[in-house]
Amino acid sequence: MLTRRSFLQSSAAAAAFAASAGSAHADATPGITATEIKIGQTMPYSGPASAYGVIGRTEAAYFKMINEQGGINGRKLNLISLDDGYSPPKTVEQVRRLVEQEQVAFLFQTLGTPPNTAIRPYCNEHKVPQLFVATGAAKWNDPKHFPWTIGYNPSYETEARIYAKQILATKPDAKIAILYANDDFGKDYIVGFKEGLGASHEGMIVKEATYENSEPTVDSQVVTLQGSGADLFFIVATPKFAAQAIRKSFDLGWNATRYITNVSVSIATVLKPAGLDKSKGLITGGYVLDVTDPRYKDNPDVKGWKAFTDKYMSAKEYIDVNACYAFGAAATMVQVLKQCGNDLSRENVMKQAANLKAFAAPLLIPGIAINTSPDDFDPIRQLQLLTFNGTSWEPFGEILQG
Amino acid sequence: MARRNGRIASIVTAAVVIVALAIPFFASGYRLYQGSQVLILAIALLGLNLLTGFNGQISLGHGAFFAIGGYGTAILMAKLGVPYWAAIPIASVVCFIAGFLFGFPALRFGGLYLALATFALAVAMPQMLSYKGFDAYTGGPMGLLLTKPHAPFGLPLSGDQWLYLFCLAFAAALYWAAVNLVRGRVGRGLIAIRDHPIAAETMGVNAALYKTTCFGVSALYAGVAGGLSAIVVGFVSPESFGLPLSLAFLVGIVVGGLASLGGMLFGAVFIEFVPNVADQLTVNFGESAKALPGAVYGVLLILVMALMPAGVAGAARALASLAARFFAPARRRTM
Repeated sequence: MLTRRSFLQSSAAAAAFAASAGSAHADATPGITATEIKIGQTMPYSGPASAYGVIGRTEAAYFKMINEQGGINGRKLNLISLDDGYSPPKTVEQVRRLVEQEQVAFLFQTLGTPPNTAIRPYCNEHKVPQLFVATGAAKWNDPKHFPWTIGYNPSYETEARIYAKQILATKPDAKIAILYANDDFGKDYIVGFKEGLGASHEGMIVKEATYENSEPTVDSQVVTLQGSGADLFFIVATPKFAAQAIRKSFDLGWNATRYITNVSVSIATVLKPAGLDKSKGLITGGYVLDVTDPRYKDNPDVKGWKAFTDKYMSAKEYIDVNACYAFGAAATMVQVLKQCGNDLSRENVMKQAANLKAFAAPLLIPGIAINTSPDDFDPIRQLQLLTFNGTSWEPFGEILQG
Repeated sequence: MARRNGRIASIVTAAVVIVALAIPFFASGYRLYQGSQVLILAIALLGLNLLTGFNGQISLGHGAFFAIGGYGTAILMAKLGVPYWAAIPIASVVCFIAGFLFGFPALRFGGLYLALATFALAVAMPQMLSYKGFDAYTGGPMGLLLTKPHAPFGLPLSGDQWLYLFCLAFAAALYWAAVNLVRGRVGRGLIAIRDHPIAAETMGVNAALYKTTCFGVSALYAGVAGGLSAIVVGFVSPESFGLPLSLAFLVGIVVGGLASLGGMLFGAVFIEFVPNVADQLTVNFGESAKALPGAVYGVLLILVMALMPAGVAGAARALASLAARFFAPARRRTM
């Protein structure tokens, strides 16, 4: 009997079938032709995080350079990089557009923890490789639950653990004060730091203070932290606030050993505004080398970087540490594609991304290399401890692994 | 004349409904996602228009009520295990109360001062959402992930199609409710308060009650939209509900047409698609022009306002009366 319910159900079924049939033939290696590899990306070119937009632009320029050299196995790289304004709903929309409409082969260096968190379930459900996400959160190293998502930056937790272990080894009696951002970036560091210290040594932390990204200054927090009598100050802050904290702690005459995080190591954009003499003695862990350091003037990678920016970018990007970072990431992507040979299926791209052995991406501090395996989706686990001597970051000690 | 306009309006409405219902059977998942976003924005714009267009109270902070609806729904679903279809009504009631309570101090403000107060609310909301003390519920800066619902009763619809129809049902119901509200006694009271508050009070309209209730209803609409958005995107974080959202709502109601409920669909289409259009227009300028889309969006907005100062609805009305005058001059003379 043709009831209304059965009519509705069968017409819905017919329509759903028609709709799904339309998309079925798009499955065969989307984004890959004999002459092209389509790569998708979302980047905050507008909005509060737009300073990171240089990463997308550098990678696009790198792929352009590769194309001018003939491409990879005869295929040109086509990077489609869309603006998401660092807003997760927009990221989801742009990623769906890239995957469903533009039919990209995979995603590369999508930026930001909230944006990547929003798209990770979608990418894993649709088996689209979400490669080398541009964020340091620790959760990207989870091949068991999210086999299609792999990180790139040394995670903030790893970095904090390295600092903690080094502090335990060199200053076991230190009294530690921490200033950190009240967001995912700050929280990751605290978790890693406390883990590195271990439960028995958590008492070393005598005072913590947070700040919001919308605050104009962190000076009052620094004053509070100094009042705790700590002799070690861990500054977990992004460039603008790190500069303020460095300057204020010096101006207060606070004689503490100061550690800053890797995101704020740029001499040009952090230490100069803080004051180079006020930044003496800062300790951090680095993985991208400082191209303005005279120590590296004969380094072939630095020379290649100079030639690259002269031709494809400008002097501003030459000293921008974010651009240097992107240069290495783009080279890593090219390495993965070279390893794929002619099998550019999504499965093989993912397999090769998880198969990087001691790859020395350009502009990484000599001695630091990229390693991945099916169980280890944390490509960069090493950091070189650096201390600022007033003009440049000087390495000290060995390269540490976290 | 009015009867002919009414007939045209119902034909247009019917056409929109048919197109809206047909979309899930022809569109890809990505277009359905965009379609759902348009419906969600239309619901929020309906609410804001009730408050600003019909009642004259400017709000630059409806993104905050959108956020309360979104986070409310997400917390109910993720932390308290409430099913999605129940979470939205509950979260919207919370929004109604929040809007109603905000309406009390709003009575003291007018015009620019209310705009500033609501602006402050919009700016404060992302920070309030990432406040450490609420972390256990809100997930702090990490946000909350939600599982996408599947079609119920084993209906052969994809998740995208079901969510689109789910949003469509809410949009249709809320549109119908708004139309009835505006046509009735309450609507006339709201409009009277907007145009001549003292005369309205003299006629016995309880301005304070009407204004605060209007704020509450408007917040409820924004809350439903926020809740639907949380489910469709599958994720909420403080970054999802910043100041640009509140400003986009304002753009939407003006482009759609203040005091026009039907125009809200066009307002929603504008704020959903024009940023993408601006992106496409600047693609040819190369890598260094990545910040250009913002300027292009501004230019497009200025063009729209210059050509259609009363919004899309106003332009449609003007076109309709132009067409009527053109096509039936004879009848006019015998009137």
